[in-house]
Amino acid sequence: MSAKASKEPTRRDFLYIATGAAGAVGTVALAWPFIDQMNPDASTLALSTTEVDISSIEPGQSVVVKWRGKPVFIRNRTEKEIEEAKQVPLEELKDRAARNPNAQGEEADTAIDLNRSAGKDKENWLVMVGVCTHLGCIPVGQSGDFGGWFCPCHGSHYDTAGRIRKGPAPENLAVPPFKFVKDNVILIG
Amino acid sequence: MSGHSTYAPKTGFGKWMDARLPIARLMHDSFVSYPVPRNLNSFYTFGGILSLMLIVQIVTGIVLAMHYAANTEVAFNSVEQFVRDGNFGWLFRYMHANGASMFFIAVYIHIFRGLYYGSYKAPREILWILGCIIFLLMMATAFMGYVLPWGQMSFWGATVITGFFTAIPMIGDSIQTLLLGGFVVDNPTLNRFFSLHYLLPFMIVGVVILHVWALHVTGQTNPTGVEVKKTSDVIPFTPYATVKDAFAMVVFLIVFAWFLFYLPNFLGHPDNYIPADSLKTPAHIVPEWYFLPFYAILRAITFNISIPFTDIVLIDSKLGGVLAMFGSIAVLFLVPWLDTSPVRSANYRPIYRWFFWLLVITGIALGYLGSRPAEGGYVLAAQFFTFLYFAHFLVILPWLGKFEKPTPLPASITDAVLGEKAKA
Repeated sequence: MSAKASKEPTRRDFLYIATGAAGAVGTVALAWPFIDQMNPDASTLALSTTEVDISSIEPGQSVVVKWRGKPVFIRNRTEKEIEEAKQVPLEELKDRAARNPNAQGEEADTAIDLNRSAGKDKENWLVMVGVCTHLGCIPVGQSGDFGGWFCPCHGSHYDTAGRIRKGPAPENLAVPPFKFVKDNVILIG
Repeated sequence: MSGHSTYAPKTGFGKWMDARLPIARLMHDSFVSYPVPRNLNSFYTFGGILSLMLIVQIVTGIVLAMHYAANTEVAFNSVEQFVRDGNFGWLFRYMHANGASMFFIAVYIHIFRGLYYGSYKAPREILWILGCIIFLLMMATAFMGYVLPWGQMSFWGATVITGFFTAIPMIGDSIQTLLLGGFVVDNPTLNRFFSLHYLLPFMIVGVVILHVWALHVTGQTNPTGVEVKKTSDVIPFTPYATVKDAFAMVVFLIVFAWFLFYLPNFLGHPDNYIPADSLKTPAHIVPEWYFLPFYAILRAITFNISIPFTDIVLIDSKLGGVLAMFGSIAVLFLVPWLDTSPVRSANYRPIYRWFFWLLVITGIALGYLGSRPAEGGYVLAAQFFTFLYFAHFLVILPWLGKFEKPTPLPASITDAVLGEKAKA
């Protein structure tokens, strides 16, 4: 191969570096499609809004709808449930963040009952992604130590505002982005 | 151990082939003339049994894949149809399902044998680590295989296990979405799990070849832990080890057949005969029995780890559980360096022997606790045994080697077997 060591870069050195650089860039550029093909496809992403008519849900009743494949709990809470949730001092909560992207006003990120619900004058409506924040099981409604939701998998208890109170789950049940498009129709997503 | 080849081709074709691709020479040197210690006991037959089980799983798996459809609409029914209507479908399905359990029984005995006889010590560290990698691949393969029948336990097991990744700070949710191909376990998940479940066993074959290669470079350990020193310490693999392995395989297959023909669903879970329902979680989710100890460790971490006297949480309970569970396997990789004793075999380590059996009891206790609901005393007990598990590897193994006074080792394997007669 090389007859003698030379300090001057040769044409072969240039070829080595150019080939290596092109190979490295090409490998990285090709790696991304191989990773990204595993991400959700367009049809999965397209299902990301759901419209629900809530006029038939009486106080004390819930419905479960599917949004992005996940169950969403829509509950028309009773006066008693709202009152219970309001009574809880913030210091007692394991997770003091509202986990509600729709909450507005000052202190919108604290987990007071108002910020967990659909907002002022609609405090009876609680809309939450029904997926336990521990490892993704679906909690059972109106059960557990706090009369809210109870996850049977690993024993997490949520209260009547869907806030984690006991057990291994780290966060309150998430509130999805949603809004009232009419008085009795909500759009999730 | 790998000495000069003694292979001598006898036929003309044998000589012709040997000059071109000496595969017969490789087989002869590895499985016929290969010398093994003369004092190997029955616990040393599980390597052969595991090779057999890997072949059983691959062959029955290929058959099942011919009758299976990886689509959420039909997956559950395609399995049931093969079992009920297919020719011998019941046989292949239960061979594969129970075969997985048998595979894990054998691998646990194999691992504990290694721990008892100190098989991981120099110069066999790489051999041990390759074994740990095979164990990890087996776990991944078994998990993804269990998802394929698309029953309730399949679905919710997949949900919980992929949920581990959401414990990673910041990027956890994106990683889970990437793995699932959606926001929940669904058709894309089932499809990729089928693809990977087909792939991984062949990767296991690859690592097994490296594992056997590493074994044949260093030679086998033996119950005395004393290295082979002279020719009277060893016997040729064939016929001695061959017939011993074959006998052990037959005994093992009788146990396998007992489960297969009389208790085909004993090791399974009835909830997995309910088709997957993404809106209803079963009341009590448990993994297959071979994952229960790790599941117990996952659930034992119920507390946040904070900076003392502040509210600042360093590791929340969810991440803590996941770290402990993966840590319980990661610690196995480090065993060759955690154990400081120069003596291999527990036969000559009077104190280590007690701790070894305590580790066995810990494993069984964690397995039991993993099958119980996560409440009250069960959680406390799981925390206690999780502590014991980690203490064994991180405290006892490094500490004991410096304190323990081993009993006298035999001068050689021959001495250990023949005793005084060897001197005569």
